[in-house]
Amino acid sequence: MAPLLSVQNLFVRYGAVEAVRGVSFEIQQGEIVALLGANGAGKSSILNAIVGLVPTTSGQIAFDGRDITGAVPEGLASTGLTLCPEGRRVFGTLSVEDNLRMGAFSLSDKATIAAAWTRVYDLFPILEERKHQYGGTLSGGQQQMLAVGRALMSNPRLLLLDEPSLGLAPLIVDQIFDLISKLRDQGVTLLVVEQNVAGALEMADRGYVLASGEIVEAGKTDALSQSSSMQDAYLGAQ
Amino acid sequence: MDIFLQQSVNALALGGTYALLALGLAVVFSIMGLINFAHGELMTIAGYVLMYCGIAGVSFLIAVPLAVMASILAAVAMERIAFRPVRNGSGATMLVTSFAVSLILQVLFQNLISARSQPVLLPALLSDSVQVFGMNIGVNKLAAIVSTVVMLIFLDWFMKHQKTGIAMRAAAEDFAIARLMGIRANSVIAGAFALSGLLAGVAAVLWVSQRASVDPLMGFMPVLKAFIAAILGGLGSLRGAVAGGFLLGFIEIYLAAFLPPEIQEFRDPIGLGIVVLVLLFRPNGLIPSATLKAEKV
Repeated sequence: MAPLLSVQNLFVRYGAVEAVRGVSFEIQQGEIVALLGANGAGKSSILNAIVGLVPTTSGQIAFDGRDITGAVPEGLASTGLTLCPEGRRVFGTLSVEDNLRMGAFSLSDKATIAAAWTRVYDLFPILEERKHQYGGTLSGGQQQMLAVGRALMSNPRLLLLDEPSLGLAPLIVDQIFDLISKLRDQGVTLLVVEQNVAGALEMADRGYVLASGEIVEAGKTDALSQSSSMQDAYLGAQ
Repeated sequence: MDIFLQQSVNALALGGTYALLALGLAVVFSIMGLINFAHGELMTIAGYVLMYCGIAGVSFLIAVPLAVMASILAAVAMERIAFRPVRNGSGATMLVTSFAVSLILQVLFQNLISARSQPVLLPALLSDSVQVFGMNIGVNKLAAIVSTVVMLIFLDWFMKHQKTGIAMRAAAEDFAIARLMGIRANSVIAGAFALSGLLAGVAAVLWVSQRASVDPLMGFMPVLKAFIAAILGGLGSLRGAVAGGFLLGFIEIYLAAFLPPEIQEFRDPIGLGIVVLVLLFRPNGLIPSATLKAEKV
């Protein structure tokens, strides 16, 4: 089966710094794939390059068989690919409802939009309760829900999640991980960048481990969690 | 007391015009971090359209929408021709570009139309006055106040309830994320310029209605004042622009009316002194923008 997303030999450079150096990986429809690695390993750069927020120096990115290397970000949401960015970045001066409305900006079919509202409010009833509040007045956990909800409003087939659990209380982190599994059951394919390695290994099907912009290890998550390098680097203390 | 009320009406009329101009500057600044000093030339263009319509005998009721339309088209053309190529440049690059656009247009007006002030034919009704609550109010002042209120209500509705308006606010707050949602950078920026052109066009009609003349440099002073108003209100904040515009209008009119004759010469420095004083206590303006980080495309 052709992969939903394929990244071949991707390089991303910021000035003299090579953040991503020849990364290749694939994601099949219906998978949850985790990108793991220390801060500065290049995880976010990969996600940002896929959606066109940072320029690709070289390499090839294809989504659903279509070459999207160097595509501008505004064209991707309507093809079913979106990113829920690191740090949530909800529109603080827009109401919760307007944040979600903007998430559906790329959709034009009324029935699809109505279905997206129902789905997001079913997943996050709190967002419906607070729909008239400004995004900036929500708690951190609620803002993360709003950020994910906003991304879901575009009805994505592949959702890139950048550090969804960063800075959240443990209870909320569990909710976010539950949500990711729930989304997969709804047919969304997910690529998740996580610093919570233990949690990510538990939730994902496969993982890639990055160090200094290169993939140093890849495989099924149960195999990864047994691997000695992972044990040393991330899980040793536990 | 009568004089005070009378002058307050004048202040509302002048402040409203400043508010519309400051709003136009703020809409563009909030989205692309550009202070468009060529905003004044949009006013001048609208002024010349009014003048030519008067010469051609076109009814004022048709001339006004034509003038506003010309200002909108000029604003969109300005963005497309001058500002889009330097969009990713620094703030200074864009600022200098806006000065260049402004100067080029002024020279064109001087050479193609006339370097001198030209009379604009206005309907006689505008120079009439009406009795409101025992006050004698000029129709042009009343029209200015009513037009300002209508424009502010329209803009509020547009930015809060129209998908395009909400998208502009989203883009003003975080352009990169807005683009991820499928909001096109080109459309949002062109939309912001169109909106600023609309505001400049309406302001020009109000401005010309008070003076009945237009000259190549007509737009410079009001836009300089609008820039001060936008800073007074909080640069990039739309509410701030309105507040700053009205405050500046009140400061100017009250000083002109109530300062003793021997210090009238110092009216402008005193007015600007008050502005500086306000900024001393509220350095980010009266109603600061919530998102000063103003990321560019």
